[in-house]
Amino acid sequence: MTKKQTPSQTIGPFFAYGLTPEQYDYNLNSVAMPQLTGENQEGTAIRIEGQVFDGEGAAVGDAMIEIWQADTAGRYAHPSDNRGSNTGFKGFGRVGTGTDPEQRFFFETVKPGAVGQGQAPHINVIVFMRGMLNHAYTRIYFSDEAEANTTDPVLATVPAERRGTLIAERDTRKGTTVYRFDIHMQGPKETVFFDL
Amino acid sequence: MADVFKPRDWSSHPAYLSPDYKSTALRSPTKPLIPLTQSLSEITGPVYGQESVGPLDADLTKNGAGTGEPLGERIIVTGQVLDEDGRPVPDTLIEVWQANAAGRYVHAADQHDAPLDPNFFGGGRCATNAEGWYAFRTIKPGAYPWGNHLNAWRPNHIHFSLFGPSFATRLITQMYFPSDPLLELDPIFLATPEGARDRLVADFSMESTEAGIALGYRFDIVLRGRNETPMDS
Ligand SMILES: [Fe+3]
Repeated sequence: MTKKQTPSQTIGPFFAYGLTPEQYDYNLNSVAMPQLTGENQEGTAIRIEGQVFDGEGAAVGDAMIEIWQADTAGRYAHPSDNRGSNTGFKGFGRVGTGTDPEQRFFFETVKPGAVGQGQAPHINVIVFMRGMLNHAYTRIYFSDEAEANTTDPVLATVPAERRGTLIAERDTRKGTTVYRFDIHMQGPKETVFFDL
Repeated sequence: MADVFKPRDWSSHPAYLSPDYKSTALRSPTKPLIPLTQSLSEITGPVYGQESVGPLDADLTKNGAGTGEPLGERIIVTGQVLDEDGRPVPDTLIEVWQANAAGRYVHAADQHDAPLDPNFFGGGRCATNAEGWYAFRTIKPGAYPWGNHLNAWRPNHIHFSLFGPSFATRLITQMYFPSDPLLELDPIFLATPEGARDRLVADFSMESTEAGIALGYRFDIVLRGRNETPMDS
């Protein structure tokens, strides 16, 4: 029995109290948060932050970003990853860009391990916002993984001059490792989005 | 070895750039999407099911109630979540959010000059059962004006967010109501390819109506199916 996919529609401007209620101080618990790490989380704690820019370079204050990532050993908390349980790390985070004065998003997480041989460590990203009728998939790679990045099969499919849009820049702030990852919807720095 | 997912069917989804919906102009990617061969990163995804649903989450007529009951027409929305091959999608989380009966969202940024309802919040969630069925109870949302063009009104709608079995099956959509005269004027609804639009419109369902309590609407949702070709690894 063949069915046709239900069409996507925009998340609209008013998702916050339904999808990110705790972050925006609404009276509902959130199923997912910008903090992915619990106590005694195995792995290297990192912070990822950035902004989403529209075609005029304005920071978008009503976007929602979701991330999905492997744990420090490169394993996903999902039944299709049959390499045994991961470190108890769920690996999913969600944040809106509307609670920061500069419309930044941020995640507190751990640096993922490489998922398979030849792959570079990466985080899977979905971008939603008012004005987008379909969500957009992208990936975060890491600037301090230059060698692994050269062999990654997905990065290899991206034209060399656009690969930089997928690489988060490492910085250290008060002892915390911070990766900066900006998302440009359009323009010369337009982020690479994937069809998967 | 695990199954990969069928591609997003671009004959069913709206294009990113849809000029009549003005905000798409500066927010749609201009370069073609780069094809990505699915790997574990795409065929896995966050697992959320029944355990994520609190006791009142699926009853929006109760989860925001203060001292009284929300105003408006009580409805029950129910349906089955399937994949393209007709297989039910079991135990998957559905998150919903909507305006109240007057067309006003509790969201702090909603400027529409219509009353908030002290007994209605408008956000909730439910999960599918083993056969893919879900249900929640709410108030029929009102239409509301928006700034897209002069005298623009959104048809009555409920926003839906689903995960399905993987990162690849993620879907955010909107459910509309049958016979709404605003549908044929709405640039967001009309951005959907013509042959796919009716999949966004719920059916009135006498069968799911609860006598004396609430009218029923049926809204089935179809997520991406699986390909016969398994992933190597
Ligand atoms: Fe809406």
